Amino acid sequence: MIALEQLKIGESATIQTVMNQAPDMGQLLEMGLTPGTRVRLVKFAPLGDPLELEVRGYHLSIRCSEARSILVKRDLSQQVA
Amino acid sequence: MPETAECHHDLHTSGKQVIDVALVGNPNAGKTTVFNALTGLRQKVSNYPGVTVEKITGFLEDQPGSRIRIHDLPGLYSLVPKSLDDKIASDVISSRSDQVDNLRLTVVVADASNLNRNLYLLTQVVELGLPVLLALNMMDAARANGLQIDVAALTKKLNIKVVPLIANRGQGINELKDAIRHLVKQSGNHSPPAGILVDGALGQVVHPVTIWIKNHSQLSDEACRYEAVRVVSNDSAVENWRAIPHEHSQQGYTTLLAKVQEARQQIETNGSQWAMLETQLRYQWVDEICRDAVKQGTARQGLSEKLDRILTHKVAGPILFLLIFAFIFQSIFTWAQVPMDAIDGFVTWVGAHVGAALPGWILPDLKDLLVNGVIGGVGAILVFLPQILFLFFFLSLLEDTGYMARVAFIMDRFMRGTGLTGRSVIPLLSSFACAIPGIMATRTISNARNRLVTIMIAPLMSCSARLPVYALMIGAFIPQKSVLAIFSLPGLTLLGMYLLGILGAIGAATVFKWFMNKNTRPPTFVMELPPYRLPSLKWTLLQVTERAKIFVTDAGKIILAISIVLWFMAYYPRPSAGTLPSQAIKQSYAGQLGHFIEPTIKPLGFDWKMGVALITSFAAREVLVSTMATIYNVEGANETSQSLRDKLRSERDPETGQAVYTPLVSISLMVFFVFACQCMSTVAVVRRETNSWRWPMIMIIYMTSLAYVASFVVYQGSKLLGLG
Repeated sequence: MIALEQLKIGESATIQTVMNQAPDMGQLLEMGLTPGTRVRLVKFAPLGDPLELEVRGYHLSIRCSEARSILVKRDLSQQVA
Repeated sequence: MPETAECHHDLHTSGKQVIDVALVGNPNAGKTTVFNALTGLRQKVSNYPGVTVEKITGFLEDQPGSRIRIHDLPGLYSLVPKSLDDKIASDVISSRSDQVDNLRLTVVVADASNLNRNLYLLTQVVELGLPVLLALNMMDAARANGLQIDVAALTKKLNIKVVPLIANRGQGINELKDAIRHLVKQSGNHSPPAGILVDGALGQVVHPVTIWIKNHSQLSDEACRYEAVRVVSNDSAVENWRAIPHEHSQQGYTTLLAKVQEARQQIETNGSQWAMLETQLRYQWVDEICRDAVKQGTARQGLSEKLDRILTHKVAGPILFLLIFAFIFQSIFTWAQVPMDAIDGFVTWVGAHVGAALPGWILPDLKDLLVNGVIGGVGAILVFLPQILFLFFFLSLLEDTGYMARVAFIMDRFMRGTGLTGRSVIPLLSSFACAIPGIMATRTISNARNRLVTIMIAPLMSCSARLPVYALMIGAFIPQKSVLAIFSLPGLTLLGMYLLGILGAIGAATVFKWFMNKNTRPPTFVMELPPYRLPSLKWTLLQVTERAKIFVTDAGKIILAISIVLWFMAYYPRPSAGTLPSQAIKQSYAGQLGHFIEPTIKPLGFDWKMGVALITSFAAREVLVSTMATIYNVEGANETSQSLRDKLRSERDPETGQAVYTPLVSISLMVFFVFACQCMSTVAVVRRETNSWRWPMIMIIYMTSLAYVASFVVYQGSKLLGLG
């Protein structure tokens, strides 16, 4: 398990858990970042933070500090971005 | 729903009762397009009382006398409110708002191309017990994304009416109207929609909580199970039960807490997190629906992602962002100048003609009040209108295309230090043109605290009204010297003033953040990057005119009142005949006040004449120039007028015979203008946007103090160092 933030650009992964200490855990979950959901890291913003994810068929931006509290497992069969 | 007195009133006057229908949906689901199609763009914009959230209603376009009123509620992702907008929407459809009397139906507008997340809100809405209709918008976008949606399967699974739509092309709108008409008629006997399942092992775990809720409320069995799930997963949901009176039962709030604790422990033992229970259940249900009703074919590579390769690119992204905004500001400064001059000329023309047309028997005082106080005051409002319209037009376009979210994405990191997020960037940038549209643009900031901080610091951005002041002072007192061969001293001074304002804003934001930190949620940045879409010009223009109307009527009243007060102070007491205008201003109340505050502003290097200018320029910063012109009795002066500059340069202290204006005094005055809240329009808009006098008062006090301290430090500091 790694933090979502540690994914490489274009990599997909499956969410394992969202840690309790995330200040906006409820909001992250409501936006669809629930355990078992597949996410893809699309890119980082020009200044390196926040980042852009693809989740449940749409694009979502969260800060790296928030992404740090989301633990994921890399997908074994990586799609080529 | 209990009928209110107003409802009965409607019943009598129109013969038909007004039926309310709420329109809810995620942001970017095309809710407003659906609303416009249903109501034929005939909307009524007002405010929810006590808050600045716009209340948008319109009657269903129908046979004459239709009494189905549609409420376009702010977009939201969840009924658990995050912002003021969310709270309003959530209250209306939960029947907690007294603003909607007779709610019979909730229409959930969902983006079919993003069905999964859009259905999350639906799972919450169906639990409220009202009839629900699902308007499945953007079916074309879904098809383009390779999604095949089986509407029949969706209807069956959800047990509610589902209407597929392509709202921006008008497809499906008639079917939607029919469905709304049909559903509001048969209210009361609808079969309940399908919601999340609270059964099996989970039902067992939350059962004690369910029973407690059952014993302490009149909720249905179903509703009790839903509430139990909410309470177990959410502390603030537990908190809501604290206020319920428990006198008829020994099992009070503490019992509930114990039962909740027990349920949570059991969930943890089973290897799950209790805080995720509710959301996970909902998404499980959503996933199940989508499994049955949605088939994912091969998707075309998203156009939006391709566009974003350039627009949010590491290098090209920020450059394009700067270019786009340079273009917008340029248009505000140059294109808006033509209508602004026209309005200015028109107001002067009207003033002159009204003055000339008034019969001789009218008191000269009244005439002057009319021409300079009222017409001049109205002119002060109208002259800002072109800039506001231009800015709102462009901002509205950028918002509707989806680019605004990218701006926030690009700039978020930059804003971090101030405690703000990327969402504050647009209002602050707009404030360089004028703080008024900037402050009005803060409505897109969902976090209430961040919105307030942004409003409070927006006037520190050097707006276009400060330019005449800077131009006059720099032109008169800053020598044309070149610095490092390519820069000029006047140019650098001007840049310095802008930078000083930005620094002040960063400092103020940090202080406000610190003060407001106590009982508000910390700002977070969780933001959808919606797909790029073509904006609708018609809708954009409609929005711009609505905003303009609100500005003229609401802020206009206050501006007019203050103008009249300022006029009075500069006009009375009347001097004897033959007195020079410069003498008259000295004897006026404003002049007396100038003398009165002279000891206070002396440490900043200002004399009483500047005091008068400071007082009158509270109306608007550029008034400083015309006031100075009046005081120094220079006819027809403007900021580049050589004669006013010469007058200022040659002004001597009557006692010491030394020059009143030195480069240092001019810098001190400019620094004062960088920070001072010299704009009653801003005060009026802040009053409107925060709905209290508290924040505008705090703004005046903090900005004036900041201005005073900064000028004091600049003037006295330089004196101490032997400069100037």
